[in-house]
Amino acid sequence: MDILVLIKQVPDTEAKITVSGNKINEAGVSKWIISPYDEIALEEAIRIKEKSGGTVTAISVGDDSVQASLRQAFAMGADTAIQVKTDSYQMLDSFGIAEALLKAIEGKEYKVILAGRQGSDSDNGQVPLIMATLKDWGVVPFAKKVELKDDKAIIECEAEGGDAVYESSYPVVVTANAGLNEPRYPSLKGIMASKKKPIEVKNISELGVSGEARIEVVGFEPPPPRPAGRVIDGADAAEKAKALVKALAEEIKAL
Amino acid sequence: MNALTQLTEEERDFFQIVRDFAEKEVRPLVMKMDAAGQFEKSLIPKLFEMGLMGIELPEKHGGSAASFFMAILGVQALSQVDPSVGVMVDVQNTLVNNAFLRWGSESLKDKYLPQLASGKVGSYCLSESSSGSDAFALKTRAEKKGDKYILNGQKLWITNAGEADIFIIIANLNPEAGYKGITAFIVERGFKGFSVSKKEDKLGIRASSTCELVLEDCEVPLENLLGEEGKGYKVAIETLNEGRIGIGAQMVGLAEAALKHAIDYTKQREQFGKPLSSFQGMQFQLAQMAIDVETSKLMVYNAARLKDAGLDFVNEAAMAKFHSSQVAERVASLAVECFGGYGFTKDYPVEKLYRDAKIGKIYEGTSFMQLMTIAKNILAD
Ligand SMILES: Cc1cc2nc3c(=O)[nH]c(=O)nc-3n(C[C@H](O)[C@H](O)[C@H](O)COP(=O)(O)OP(=O)(O)OC[C@H]3O[C@@H](n4cnc5c(N)ncnc54)[C@H](O)[C@@H]3O)c2cc1C
Repeated sequence: MDILVLIKQVPDTEAKITVSGNKINEAGVSKWIISPYDEIALEEAIRIKEKSGGTVTAISVGDDSVQASLRQAFAMGADTAIQVKTDSYQMLDSFGIAEALLKAIEGKEYKVILAGRQGSDSDNGQVPLIMATLKDWGVVPFAKKVELKDDKAIIECEAEGGDAVYESSYPVVVTANAGLNEPRYPSLKGIMASKKKPIEVKNISELGVSGEARIEVVGFEPPPPRPAGRVIDGADAAEKAKALVKALAEEIKAL
Repeated sequence: MNALTQLTEEERDFFQIVRDFAEKEVRPLVMKMDAAGQFEKSLIPKLFEMGLMGIELPEKHGGSAASFFMAILGVQALSQVDPSVGVMVDVQNTLVNNAFLRWGSESLKDKYLPQLASGKVGSYCLSESSSGSDAFALKTRAEKKGDKYILNGQKLWITNAGEADIFIIIANLNPEAGYKGITAFIVERGFKGFSVSKKEDKLGIRASSTCELVLEDCEVPLENLLGEEGKGYKVAIETLNEGRIGIGAQMVGLAEAALKHAIDYTKQREQFGKPLSSFQGMQFQLAQMAIDVETSKLMVYNAARLKDAGLDFVNEAAMAKFHSSQVAERVASLAVECFGGYGFTKDYPVEKLYRDAKIGKIYEGTSFMQLMTIAKNILAD
């Protein structure tokens, strides 16, 4: 079974993000990683390949820096990788990215497209869904278990108060939830092999993507700084507790 | 020609991934393992899966066929988080796998290397209760009887013995010949007459097991001879040359961690209304620590790169181990002082590093033994 995995490279979850104008300062991000949910999707694809054969292709839209994430995908076990080259990953909206990805895989047939449930940076979670919609493919988001039969995919998801089990025909787009698996660390052998595999580069300008943004980012606001803490005074523990309860009840109205 | 600390893409990625692994999987266990004096068993399969236990082994044996330098990076990266985990990987690669690669017959390699690459931990067993620095005075005896060697004796201080399945045992097959009777054997945990005995309760690297081994008429098949009869002294001594660079890497990682903790803490701790790091006295101390760390790293990296280049590295390895263990002890000690009273408690990470540092001057040849090697080399005609 040939599987495509969508890989978004995002600032490390611990990186300090600064904003100038209505953009994130990409140059100021010290470390970039594969978006954690995408990493889970990649792990799932590799496990499926290891169990029942086929290939895993990793695809990412972005400037040349995303090659680092594609190399990591190789190191974990992906067979091929495609970079859809743009100047900046902030250039396109979700619709534009979905379009670009579909153009880039034209002529190739993947039975399963796996992606993370959302990017850990903008948390939109739209690209895989738009791809499925544009192509009229099955789509199941938030998967916590994936089983692929010859003629259908069986996907288990968390639902309100329990689990939901879906069946889909192929091709199917599945997005990975936390808990689907625990992604592996790339092995030394994988790391060494990853340097030798070629990344297929497709220039976005040559793919015939409209590039017309439907969504415009008007601005980014950093969260307000946390107000300073307050020490509750009191002669002894009992008095302090009383003061605390009073503050919680009257000032914050938490009780 | 590249700078010594300039890493290739592979080296940089590997270091980073091992570091991430150590941060996420090892860090949460460090103090628990230290307090219990017990290596967390579930970590071991993960070390194998990442290829950390067979770094230089050929691909046909399940290894990664990477450089010795790569092994050094792995030990350094792990030791930045826990030197006890660093030494497990170090002994496996720089002593056990190394000895098999250099001295093992093809059939011995075919049999044991796939196991060492995929799931079995190894130990290197030279020291005894009455022979440490004077290693060739070892008392363990081997006798050839029919289609077996019979081993009798005891080994002390054996790293990884608590977890290991494959042991390189150095014994004397012909005591009359002195050190020229010394011979190396491969013993499996299940061999008749072999047992792992008392585990030491230690000052530092407490999670790394250090045990006594007992050999009572231990039966070893003839094909489990490592190298030649009477050439075990070479196996014992020459293997340690690479080993010392590995210990150097452990000490570099440890010192880097101590320095990093000291920097982070002194930037955030305030006295006299200012961060500690704003006082020049503290700044100069941190700068000195950084110089120390840098010199030991350069020496360790250089020794490792010499080894990979196929050049002579024995003297450089001894110097690197001597210097890096001295630096680790000094830097960890100063880091404790940077933390003040907090540094003396187990609530902060530096007291453990201080305890862990002490071993660097002792195992794989004490600092005096390194000085003897260096002196012999520089005074040779
Ligand atoms: C945690 C730990 C792990 C170990 N792991 C292993 C292992 O995996 N495999 C293994 O084989 N061994 C291992 N060892 C043993 C270690 O290598 C020895 O402890 C070390 O070589 C020192 O030997 P010793 O303890 O007998 O001390 P001794 O040789 O008795 O030395 C005591 C002191 O005397 C000094 N000294 C000795 N001779 C001279 C001399 N001629 N001139 C000047 N000073 C001298 C030494 O430098 C030292 O300061 C380990 C030890 C420890 C503590």
